[in-house]
Amino acid sequence: MAEVMDRVTKIIVDRLGVDESEVKLEASFKEDLGADSLDVVELVMELEDEFDMVISDEDAEKIGTVGDAVNYIQEKV
Amino acid sequence: MKLQGKTALVTGASRGIGREIALELARNGANVAINYSGSKERAEQVAEEITGFGREAFVIQANVGEADQVQNMIKETISRFGSIDILVNNAGVTRDNLLMRMKDDEWDDVININLKGVFLTTKAVTRSMMKQRSGRIINISSIVGVTGNPGQSNYVASKAGVIGLTKSTAKELSSRGITVNAVAPGFIETDMTDKLTEDIQDEMRKQIPLARFGSPSDVAKVVLFLSSDDASYMTGQTLHVDGGMVM
Repeated sequence: MAEVMDRVTKIIVDRLGVDESEVKLEASFKEDLGADSLDVVELVMELEDEFDMVISDEDAEKIGTVGDAVNYIQEKV
Repeated sequence: MKLQGKTALVTGASRGIGREIALELARNGANVAINYSGSKERAEQVAEEITGFGREAFVIQANVGEADQVQNMIKETISRFGSIDILVNNAGVTRDNLLMRMKDDEWDDVININLKGVFLTTKAVTRSMMKQRSGRIINISSIVGVTGNPGQSNYVASKAGVIGLTKSTAKELSSRGITVNAVAPGFIETDMTDKLTEDIQDEMRKQIPLARFGSPSDVAKVVLFLSSDDASYMTGQTLHVDGGMVM
């Protein structure tokens, strides 16, 4: 869990230019972290590369918060 | 050379306008993937010509209306070239008929290849272009997509659709350094227009201020411009290459 969270956090910090302290499980990409729709698509792409997985469009649409992403990856890895 | 070190994928590049676009991009420095649907030998001839210019080329078969074939084509091209900097969505077909006589499959075939094909190919290539924060997408529409044309409701709908798709895609991808433009050729001498009768051809010539039909090269040179850094401040536009037919 911690390891996945760290890797996800790093990607979010790099991509969205937010402070590490803002990346909490309950944080919404759009509401709290200033991402637009295209940023979220890009984040999902980077998570796919980072964790070497394919996230379907249907699943990707359900990822709205940092916790959603971490849980999803946790289940699949 | 304007496209030195760039890589391009041209759909429907075995003949006609697509062939000339592939050759023109290669002449200006690009390595080119040549997509074809049926004409393997002709596609291979284009690849040979390009290799003759000292560029890399390879042929790849795919029906652009089929998502899995399109994804495979993009994957294959990226693994060969490392990137796709320029995508030219050129593949197109006609199945002309009067609206009253048009069969569902005549409608579906044309929309699938000419419009859905652009959607599928663009979607598949966008991932890598977004990552590299640059890319050029050029969609080949048609002047009849602007004016309408009797007997071609399916083709015209697909080509007008391409113009709308170009604008939406341009807006979605502009923040990632990707430009998307369309070219709308008028009457260009190709296999597709050879099918028209002499009478229709004469009639059409009268409507062209420059009083001649265009050549595939007339279109290819505009595509080259849109592919190059010279067009970096243009996106979402439709350039008419039609001898002034529509103003």
